[in-house]
Amino acid sequence: MNLLPLAQLQIQKPGGADACAASNGFCPDWIAHNIDRYWNPLLEHVYLTVVPVAIGFAISMALAILAHRRRWLTGPILTITGIFFAIPSVAAFFLLQPITGLGYTTAIVALVSYTLLIIFRNITTGLRNVPVETRDAAVGQGLTDRQVLFRVELPMAVPEIMAGLRIATSTTVGLAALAVFAGAGGLGSEILIDKYFKSNVVVAGGLAVLLAAVFDLLILTVQRAITPWQRARG
Amino acid sequence: MTGTLAFLGDFGQAIEFIFKERESVSGGVQIGGIPELAGFAATHMIVSIAALAIAAALAIPLSLWLGHIGRGDFLATATSNVGRAVPSLALLAFFISFIGLGYTNVIAVLVLLAIPPLITNTYVGVRQVDRETVDAARGQGMTGMEIVRRIELPLALPSIFGGLRTSAVNVVATATIAPLANVQTLGEPIITPQTYGFVGQLGAAIVVAVITLTVDFAFARLQRAVTPAGLKLAQPARRRRFSLPTRRRPESA
Repeated sequence: MNLLPLAQLQIQKPGGADACAASNGFCPDWIAHNIDRYWNPLLEHVYLTVVPVAIGFAISMALAILAHRRRWLTGPILTITGIFFAIPSVAAFFLLQPITGLGYTTAIVALVSYTLLIIFRNITTGLRNVPVETRDAAVGQGLTDRQVLFRVELPMAVPEIMAGLRIATSTTVGLAALAVFAGAGGLGSEILIDKYFKSNVVVAGGLAVLLAAVFDLLILTVQRAITPWQRARG
Repeated sequence: MTGTLAFLGDFGQAIEFIFKERESVSGGVQIGGIPELAGFAATHMIVSIAALAIAAALAIPLSLWLGHIGRGDFLATATSNVGRAVPSLALLAFFISFIGLGYTNVIAVLVLLAIPPLITNTYVGVRQVDRETVDAARGQGMTGMEIVRRIELPLALPSIFGGLRTSAVNVVATATIAPLANVQTLGEPIITPQTYGFVGQLGAAIVVAVITLTVDFAFARLQRAVTPAGLKLAQPARRRRFSLPTRRRPESA
């Protein structure tokens, strides 16, 4: 299946003329001329981050609401998602291959499994931190269980939930760099194509860090926008 | 053994690879089996333990002191944010291309990955010690050093061990890609499929997963063991009071 000899590839560099690239140096000129080659891996990396985080968020939200109603489920859910979280991603990418094959599916299933613990834990904490008095006031105004959850508890838990989403997103950007072992490309595959070439490593690694920062800022902006009361307070 | 594990498909073959030597995919060399994998596992554990020990020796005393004097909020959040955002593969490749291959570089990368959770957890652990407890200790005439050693450190231990657990799992997981820098850990079969084939990759992945889960479990037990008896007793007191019962449905007509 995955028989690509990862360690022995190299980027084809112009011979003679560009001494800097030929000596595997850090070459702004080479980067300027070759930046195009990183565009597709970057898009793959975005895909490998957005899809797992979105799926992970949906599953975690469902689990958290379930655990909010049935408190005893919290422990078992934390144990199971904790085990997923502890399995190294490189190992998971191979353990899944006999079932889901080489490619995006394997990468996404593994990456989703890492987001679960982080997001679930934060949603649960957020819901538990809602002051009992606030809940009581809502109940006193005649809200049902469901209304209390969707109109009071979840909105009040938004900062905590978004914090979880930020951690999950930056973690996923980092782990997606290893998705190359699942045959799913991403910036990690560019790094492995020539890990001795400084320019290549700096651009591919730098783009991954930049991507994490951009996502972080994006989520923070969304959080500001949907929690106007937080700004008013402070 | 071939017959008995056949129903497991690739997994059966991978388990066989772990326990029994076989000829390499490209031919000529014997691969797999307990002796070879034990060698990889030993290297894996040596680099991991070295990295965790160095990271702990650097990060824990520093963050204890920062927590004690109450400065370092920024450092504690910044390191964990940056630590998460830098992919382990990118960091390793950066070391390979700029500094070189070998044990020292692999351990340096692992140390850098292990430090952020240790700083954050130690710092937060010290800061969340009840200020009144610290004041009481000071009132009894304890010096700053005594407060750190006898009050803040013991009370922060559960948090510190939480950090050690996160770091240990990260380090053992990342040591898997160390063969990219010519250090033959359990990742060796994973990055040389031309010799080991998919079965070898899967076998190594199984061993890595089992080791990491064991490390995670061991540190979880350790974390419970170091929690001071006083903190364990304090837990039930934090139970929240019961909320009013709610109606299941909106009132209809």
